[in-house]
Amino acid sequence: MGDLITMDDLTNEEIIQILDAANTLLPIARGEAYLPLLQGKVLGNLFFENSTRTRMSFETAMKRLGGEVLNLSTIGSSVAKGETLYDTMQMVDGYSDIAVIRHPRQGAAQYSADAVNIPILNAGDGAGNHPTQTMLDLFTIREAHGSLEGLNVMMVGDLRYGRTTHSLSHALVRFGAKLTLVSPKSLKMPIEIVSDLKSHGAEINETEEMISSISSADVIYMTRIQKERFPDEDEYNKVADVYKLDASDLVEAKNEMIIMHPLPRVNELHPNVDSTEHAKYFQQAFNGVPTRMALLCRGLGIEVPKKVK
Amino acid sequence: MSEMRRVTAICNGTAIDHIPSGHALQVLKMLRLNVGRSNPISMVMNVPSGKMGRKDVLKIEDRELNQEELDRLALIAPKASVAIIRNYGVAEKRTIELGSELINIVKCSFSNCITQNNREPLPHKLKVISSEPMEVRCSYCGRNQNVDEMVDYII
Ligand SMILES: [Zn+2]
Repeated sequence: MGDLITMDDLTNEEIIQILDAANTLLPIARGEAYLPLLQGKVLGNLFFENSTRTRMSFETAMKRLGGEVLNLSTIGSSVAKGETLYDTMQMVDGYSDIAVIRHPRQGAAQYSADAVNIPILNAGDGAGNHPTQTMLDLFTIREAHGSLEGLNVMMVGDLRYGRTTHSLSHALVRFGAKLTLVSPKSLKMPIEIVSDLKSHGAEINETEEMISSISSADVIYMTRIQKERFPDEDEYNKVADVYKLDASDLVEAKNEMIIMHPLPRVNELHPNVDSTEHAKYFQQAFNGVPTRMALLCRGLGIEVPKKVK
Repeated sequence: MSEMRRVTAICNGTAIDHIPSGHALQVLKMLRLNVGRSNPISMVMNVPSGKMGRKDVLKIEDRELNQEELDRLALIAPKASVAIIRNYGVAEKRTIELGSELINIVKCSFSNCITQNNREPLPHKLKVISSEPMEVRCSYCGRNQNVDEMVDYII
């Protein structure tokens, strides 16, 4: 019941409730207040694949709320010895109250949820879903714009393999966003996803050119073009640096426009953007903490008070 | 005159009519009747049919297929008609039903799905999203399956 495997597990109302709870928890996420809502609870942090940012933000979220964290290390463990996910999950079910799972295989989170009784939060399964990332992205957008309704969102870079943009675009379309998808031809968003978004009534504009859309954007979501996705170096080099956002590109931008990036970045975001008021990617990374606090509370059925002193 | 007559009448067993033309062997595979010791089976393929243009027909002797076995056929022969034969006569008619979920009937074809590790003990589960046109999705990884190739992934 408290599982979060894909964004489809949440209604729009629930999304808003979770974002509200995350907002309430901000002072605790910053360490300005202490509220041990999750005291006595244990989180199993299961990273079968590395993701420092996600793992640490879950760990911080749990600890700031007074809970404990067990980290699974797969090196030299029974997992490395070929233990099935099912068996590993039986152990985790016995040791913790809720589990976060990141796994290279798609479907691993749903499989785990079927294997055990404790709630499971999906922190990325192969090229599949990563709903807690989507939630922190939504939190960041709403924090800046006050609402999620009807925004003009530009997504730039690798839209083919980048699951972050797939899941975020689905979520934004549910709130009436207009999307501009900027990518090289070889890295366009998959046709099934685009047609699915359109069937939900989304207005979508696909282009290879970034600069001309900047002035009308409310959000620019940059992504890294991942070298490991390409069969050879030449193919990668053709598209590696096609989109580089520089502070000088932003003169026409709306004042309230924000720039996001799931990080780590390479060359697509020049460091001179960091000092502009548009840059929200470090804030976005921090927002993983309050958002995941709210999701841990939801998973464990713990109500977040409306106000925190 | 029924085209069923092309096949020898059987005393006891199961007759499956109106199989889409050319799919009889796949039906046998789905019923797991294609390997090892099996009952006598007679088969005709590509016979003319008023309803379907061409069709295949199967008769399996001395074996009454149960509903669970028959429902497996929904994937490739959803319109097949099934008769249980006893003493040369039709004792029961059965219809094939496509359930909302296919459990341990076919495997997900996606190479990076968690279910590809055949030591994982939970059942293979595919959700039937729609029956016409047939749309089937892995309940774990969420990938839509290529319906024409699904027969290659029968468990
Ligand atoms: Zn699958």
